[in-house]
Amino acid sequence: MSETHAQTVTFVRDTMLPPVAPPVGERGAVKWLRENLFSTPLNIALTVLGVVAIWWLVSSSLPWWLNSVWNASSLGECRQIVAANAGEGATGACWAMIRERWHQFLFGFYPPSQWWRPILAFGLLFGALAPVLFAGQKRSLTVLLGAVLVFLLITLYLAGAPGVPFALAIALVLGMLALAQMQPGRLLWFTLIYPALCFWLLWGGSVWSPIVAMAGFGVLYAVFRLASPMIGLAPAAGVGIVVAVLWWLYAEGPVVSVVQGVLPFALQSINSDQFGGFLLAIVIGVTGIAFSLPIGILLALGRQSDMLIVKTLSVGFIEFIRGVPLITLLFTASLLLQYFLPPGTNFDIILRVIILVTFFAAAYLAEVIRGGLAALPRGQYEAADALGLDYWRAQRLIILPQALKVSIPAIVSTFIGLFKDTTLVAFVGLMDPLKGVTQIVRADINWKGIYWEPYIFVGVIFFVICFGMSRYSMYLERKLKTDHR
Amino acid sequence: MAEAAKMQVSDEVAIQITSMNKWYGQFHVLRDINMTVMKGERIVICGPSGSGKSTLIRCINRLEEHQQGQIVVDGTELTNDLKNIDKVRSEVGMVFQHFNLFPHLTILENLTLAPIWVRKVPKKEAEETAMYFLGKVKIPEQAHKYPGQLSGGQQQRVAIARSLCMKPRIMLFDEPTSALDPEMIKEVLDTMIELAQEGMTMLCVTHEMGFAQAVANRVIFMDQGQIVEQNEPKEFFNNPKSERTKLFLSQILGH
Repeated sequence: MSETHAQTVTFVRDTMLPPVAPPVGERGAVKWLRENLFSTPLNIALTVLGVVAIWWLVSSSLPWWLNSVWNASSLGECRQIVAANAGEGATGACWAMIRERWHQFLFGFYPPSQWWRPILAFGLLFGALAPVLFAGQKRSLTVLLGAVLVFLLITLYLAGAPGVPFALAIALVLGMLALAQMQPGRLLWFTLIYPALCFWLLWGGSVWSPIVAMAGFGVLYAVFRLASPMIGLAPAAGVGIVVAVLWWLYAEGPVVSVVQGVLPFALQSINSDQFGGFLLAIVIGVTGIAFSLPIGILLALGRQSDMLIVKTLSVGFIEFIRGVPLITLLFTASLLLQYFLPPGTNFDIILRVIILVTFFAAAYLAEVIRGGLAALPRGQYEAADALGLDYWRAQRLIILPQALKVSIPAIVSTFIGLFKDTTLVAFVGLMDPLKGVTQIVRADINWKGIYWEPYIFVGVIFFVICFGMSRYSMYLERKLKTDHR
Repeated sequence: MAEAAKMQVSDEVAIQITSMNKWYGQFHVLRDINMTVMKGERIVICGPSGSGKSTLIRCINRLEEHQQGQIVVDGTELTNDLKNIDKVRSEVGMVFQHFNLFPHLTILENLTLAPIWVRKVPKKEAEETAMYFLGKVKIPEQAHKYPGQLSGGQQQRVAIARSLCMKPRIMLFDEPTSALDPEMIKEVLDTMIELAQEGMTMLCVTHEMGFAQAVANRVIFMDQGQIVEQNEPKEFFNNPKSERTKLFLSQILGH
């Protein structure tokens, strides 16, 4: 060893080096520019092209935005104002149309005296969503319910809501705020009754119809509880569903008219053909989202089932619905369904559309959730089995929480797709905000020829809602991230 | 490893397997298995990979179905009857090679889930039991962490505690240490030895021959889906009868 000294000189460091900042070219904006914009000749060329494209876009559209007109009574007047302000040949946006027709984009032909009803339903929607979106988180619940309170105070006042419902609505939200401080879990009861409340607010009529319809679920549950000890769970559920359907078909009408005779309490009835704009889009979208998720989960589980009939039905349903364009299903809803239903049944067109949109989204969700289920290691199922958990408990406590968590991005994509697809109802004659309302506005001689403005307005609202969903899904993913991978 | 006192074995039968056969499709995985496990007995099952040892203990809590013969666990015969299966599963604890903790729940929630939902124990009581068993496996301070934050050895000890929280009469271990780093094997084996000394009926698939010598009453050697040899550990290791066993022992003890 001592012979190889020349190559392996011993070394001892006696002064430690202090850290030094990296060279100028390797830090800050210079480094960023170099790495991202000017790293290769191709990148330099692309950067220059990009800058030119942006310049061209901005310089050609900026005057249009800057010359916007908010006060005018027709497109012609808009053009005169633009010409007067910016010179002949200048272009300018005519937002005056929005100023005059915003209510049709929001409510369609819903009677103005009743606008407070959809507004209240919209505000309370967030009250119903709050306990689902922010389960048990007092601060988020309080902030959201507080925002609902402020929103309702302002908008209901502006919409000229009658005193009694105004006061009741504010009292309800205040009550929920108080409940959120004490027992946030109880807020879910409001979520359960919200669908009936919302239905009654929007369509009006006797208050008893939604209550009696909800009682159908009570009948289902009662039959199930009574029958399950005698004939087992699955047959009891079947009998319960049959009895509930009989209740809805035959008992509901007479019961409603009897109770309505004793205790008359009703809102002005609004027909489905008066619904339009975002009121329609949100009604279809939210209902579709709320019902497609549970149906999608059941379909995904059904597709994995060992039971042949359940599996075949699930696969058949999913593949059929996914194989058919949504517009075909909507035409089915508006035309064909009428032939299959018993004569004399008048099935509301919005309800029919909602059912098919829900089925459509559910089939896609089922496949998304199936992907999540497949991503779980087999060991999770085995551990749940080995602990003695039965099928439904294992699914609810172990499998679905994990499967749904990994599917969140895809589930929310499906929801966003569903919400945007609600504009397709224009094809069956409903007044969706994008095509239906825009056509009506353009049919007015004053606004004939207006092109970009309605689409931009509707597009911005769609973007805000969809972006909100997307951000919430990211928040949820972060909150549920527990695996520390 | 200290020589554990070989506890007396009661004459009560815990598991009775009679002429049991199992196939995967055409493949005959388990062939004519006959086996009786007494209450308080500690059995180590070893054998080359693919010999059916994991499949055997997974049949005992019906994670795998057998096609012929009879398995009676604690007086309950395993058939297609779901009630019997759930009853057996709640009496038999199982520890897996890959721990299989529930990653979306905290350690404490992992431990209390089954007692609360299967045994209907009140939440507070379930948490007390859980903390007691976490103390026994020496990681009570991790109760509010998630499984992903723990080391492999700690996760496996949590998995053992999770099974114990159901107060099982029988514990099955399916290669509990083979996914662990060498320095973590000891902490898991120590926990298992402690459990054995308390008289738990245990069936353990493992290649830890030190563990077998220290606590087992009986070692079972399996090959090609059959029980080839079973004996007391001392006899089994020092004086194996079958050629197959000798070959196997020389391979695992030879290095």
